[in-house]
Amino acid sequence: MSSMQKIKRPETADNTLLDDNDRKIIQATQAGLPLVSRPYDAIAQQTGMDTEEVMRRMRNMQSLGIIRRIAAVPNHYSLGFKANGMTVWDVRDDVIDELGPAVGALEFVSHCYQRPRSLPDWPYNLFAMVHAHTREEARSLVAIIEDLLGDANRACDVLYSTRILKKTGMRLLS
Amino acid sequence: MHRVNTDIEQFRTCQLNSLEKRLLNEFQHGFPLIPRPFQKIAEELDVTEQVVIETLENLQSQGFVSRVGAVFRANSIGASTLAAMALPEQQLEEVAAMICEYSEVNHNYQRNHDFNLWFVLTARDEQALNAVLDDIEQRSGFPVMYLPMEEDFHIDLGFDLSWT
Repeated sequence: MSSMQKIKRPETADNTLLDDNDRKIIQATQAGLPLVSRPYDAIAQQTGMDTEEVMRRMRNMQSLGIIRRIAAVPNHYSLGFKANGMTVWDVRDDVIDELGPAVGALEFVSHCYQRPRSLPDWPYNLFAMVHAHTREEARSLVAIIEDLLGDANRACDVLYSTRILKKTGMRLLS
Repeated sequence: MHRVNTDIEQFRTCQLNSLEKRLLNEFQHGFPLIPRPFQKIAEELDVTEQVVIETLENLQSQGFVSRVGAVFRANSIGASTLAAMALPEQQLEEVAAMICEYSEVNHNYQRNHDFNLWFVLTARDEQALNAVLDDIEQRSGFPVMYLPMEEDFHIDLGFDLSWT
């Protein structure tokens, strides 16, 4: 594999929309908010801003789509969703823009991305994560996606995670 | 936050009380961005602020909640990619452990496929990302397949935990 410039596309990098204070907030919150009565005060203190400023910037990042949501983020594995299948599909390029969002809208799909194929080893261009309690349940969810894609699906596979070796929140700015 | 060498099968099917379930299922989005968010949640659930905080602390320390906070859009800050390697069984442990050491690696899973190691890399920019990919290939002696996101088709509203 050639070195240099493996990743060429800048993706949807909105780096220009963020300034150093936004980055400070991301850094201070990426592992989670402190579980105290006034969590944004704690972030404000840590970053040297006032609480209003912290909340205003977080609202701004939310409206830009950089923060997708603020949430109690569940750990699916601990909650009994043991069959976490990464379903991968080789979908015809001319219909993926139409079918991708339909798969992404299914309530049991937690992530749905288009990615490049890596031929000849990897023919798949659509990834959809499904979470189920058992592999049997997962298979029934995979069948729903299969029906939805119909003829546009040329090949598919399901990769189950068998071991979690590392799982952390984003540590981008550490 | 770290779950190192965790066998999926060891997780017990959990027994949560109704307050815990509501906190988990109803606050996967719309966590209040106000000075006292837990007070607001407490009012909605008809308990005290202290009970909400203690319950979330418990859920977090038991690993049911990975964190309470912002979920950032993939690739919105910096550069990231999904990457995979097809490793011989006898070298999997060693290479997997080496990959976990990189601070740029935030997820690393073993999966049942020829491509048996899957990880997510996030770095400040593309150059830093490429440098890590090169380094991993050089140190491990195996090629890395990298599959950066091209399009995000998911509308992220959290996930229905459907307690059945």
